[in-house]
Amino acid sequence: MSSSPSLRPPVVRVDALRWLRENLFSGPINTALTLVALYLLWRFVPPVLGWLFFDATWQGSSRADCHPGGACWIFIGQRFGQFLYGFYPAEERWRVNLAALSIILLAVPLFFSRLPQRRRWAIGYFLFTPVLVWWLLYGAGILGLPTVSTDQWGGLMLTLVIAAVGIAGALPLGILLALGRRSQLPAIKIVCITFIEFWRGVPLITVLFMSSVMLPLFLPEQMSIDKLVRALIAVILFEAAYLAEVVRGGLQAIPKGQYEAAHALGLSYWQSMGLVILPQALRLVIPGIVNTFIALFKDTSLVIIIGLADFFTTVHRATVAPEWLGFSTEGYVFAAFVYFLFCFGMSRYSIALEKRLARSEKR
Amino acid sequence: MRRWLYDPKIRALAAQILTILAIGLFAGWIVHNTVHNLTVRGIASGFGFLHNPAGFGILQTLIDYRETDTFARVFVIGLLNTLLVAALGIVFATVLGFLVGIGRLAENALIRGLSALYVETFRNVPPLLQIFFWYFAVLRAMPSPRQSHEFLGAFFLNIRGLYVPRPIPAEGFVPTLLALGIALVSAFALSRWARRRQERTGEPFPTGRATLLLLIGLPLAARLIFGAPFTWELPQLQGFNFRGGWVLLPELVALTLALSLYTAAFIAETVRSGIQSVPRGQIEAAIALGLTPRQRLRLIVLPQAMRVIIPPLTSQYLNLTKNSSLGAAIGYPDLVGLFAGTVLNQTGQAIETIAMTMAVYLLISLSISLVMNWYNRRMALVER
Repeated sequence: MSSSPSLRPPVVRVDALRWLRENLFSGPINTALTLVALYLLWRFVPPVLGWLFFDATWQGSSRADCHPGGACWIFIGQRFGQFLYGFYPAEERWRVNLAALSIILLAVPLFFSRLPQRRRWAIGYFLFTPVLVWWLLYGAGILGLPTVSTDQWGGLMLTLVIAAVGIAGALPLGILLALGRRSQLPAIKIVCITFIEFWRGVPLITVLFMSSVMLPLFLPEQMSIDKLVRALIAVILFEAAYLAEVVRGGLQAIPKGQYEAAHALGLSYWQSMGLVILPQALRLVIPGIVNTFIALFKDTSLVIIIGLADFFTTVHRATVAPEWLGFSTEGYVFAAFVYFLFCFGMSRYSIALEKRLARSEKR
Repeated sequence: MRRWLYDPKIRALAAQILTILAIGLFAGWIVHNTVHNLTVRGIASGFGFLHNPAGFGILQTLIDYRETDTFARVFVIGLLNTLLVAALGIVFATVLGFLVGIGRLAENALIRGLSALYVETFRNVPPLLQIFFWYFAVLRAMPSPRQSHEFLGAFFLNIRGLYVPRPIPAEGFVPTLLALGIALVSAFALSRWARRRQERTGEPFPTGRATLLLLIGLPLAARLIFGAPFTWELPQLQGFNFRGGWVLLPELVALTLALSLYTAAFIAETVRSGIQSVPRGQIEAAIALGLTPRQRLRLIVLPQAMRVIIPPLTSQYLNLTKNSSLGAAIGYPDLVGLFAGTVLNQTGQAIETIAMTMAVYLLISLSISLVMNWYNRRMALVER
């Protein structure tokens, strides 16, 4: 090959004026849209920012310190402990903190991919942490920790408990349902389809109603279940149906050759699913599972219907309490911000995962 | 014996029989407990209670209702209220969702950014919180009727709700309606004729403009000849309250607003991914064929994008309908709040009321998913 004189690439100057012209003022319609949008921004952004930050009251101890015209964040500050822990006794709140800390710290080694025995650590983590957290939160008098009954649980802590238990319980059930739906055995297939379509067809609120009103009727007289456990059962059954559909998507994406190869190797049904199909299928649907978890996290707010004091309920109750009446906007904006942080963070994580998966598929 | 144990056919049969047996036993146990519990508590089961008079008032009824009416009628009222808020929500969410979805792909960076901001804000906040925000923080904080917010002299917003003008059919009503019907039928016939002619001769016909002309022109002509189809009854302040017009309850307004804004964020994402799913080559091919930008959109992009958009769009509509049950939390008398809430408390018929409520939602979901399956089969790409 003869070498031709190499040309420099043309210099593209990115200057602000040019960017403005191309993106905002490229034609009459575009210019009009830009002007309308700018007008709206100019109309709404300064007052909103003023209310949120500049005219807001940040320091003080009662509603008398709030000056009008801006948000009064004293309200949030005063009730912050309640928003986090509900009516969990103040002198026992260290247990909630310790539980949260241990969940995070014990998970740290899982993120080092070169850790020896990482798999064993993971199994131990998922078996041991729930027991530890349950003991820390509930106590039950074991090792001298006094019992804190579940009707004292509340706030963000209860929201996280419902979401975490919900997903942890729903995932195994969802996987089984998804496998059942693709089963060759007609009876099992019909049972699974009926189960999935039933829960997917009704709103969560009716399921919660059912768990609080009908479940006591379904059980023997002497057996009474905790209100929180009833809500958890409802959430698990409901989310399992949605997760089953997510997992089914993954199962369908695995090429038929994989099933046939596992079969040809003489693996049994459970071996081929557990060793060949599910590891691949589940990896494909991690983003879908995260999205279901986001939906579940938002849905936890519905437990207000059956009188559990989760984060949203605690905020709502604080806004209707007489001493802070009239500050509902502050309360709801704060609650929305917290939910947004969690959901938006998780959705970014899901997108990043999707990208990483797409990259590893290409190799 | 060993042969039997390892025969796949027998194992499959055994697994199924065991499953059915386990489910049957579990169901039997539940039924047994329930019957026992009901007799202990002295609750009569069955749907006889539906014929009893309800004896309570309802905030919003779309059909006539008196306190002496039966629980069956209450059920219908709840269902209608659910359908009303679902229909309103679907209309608003679709319009807003398509606008924002297209906005996310706009050339204009400002519009793109604002659309993205909208989507991320509204879809990451629980719908129940949004409903509570609009209801408690906005609508319940409205002034009394005397200090109402007024829009265009015909709409009034105050703590009792949103007052809007009410249309009353006038002498021109029937002729205008007829004209509209004729316009619809002839527009349909015209578009069929135009398509046939184009297939035969290749000559295009401005169907869109002609249809618009028909649909606006004929009713307008009827109006000019026979007089206005409606007279508007404006809400008017009399004493401490408004008279006349229609009043939309704060519960209805809050619920519609929250559901529309929430669902629109999801619809926007559906629309965006639908439009993005049309391969770039299709648009380039259309440009190469010399189609104008409008023709490209109408003939190439939209038909292919809609194929991708419609299935998730219907599932969003379904979600909106199911989410409308959240209205129960602010006291909107929908199916759940009214029937699974008030009626359940009044009669104690927990199983019947909840079963009926769930059955309605199941019926709606299943029929929509049947229609969707049919549509998907019809729209599936027919390849060689």
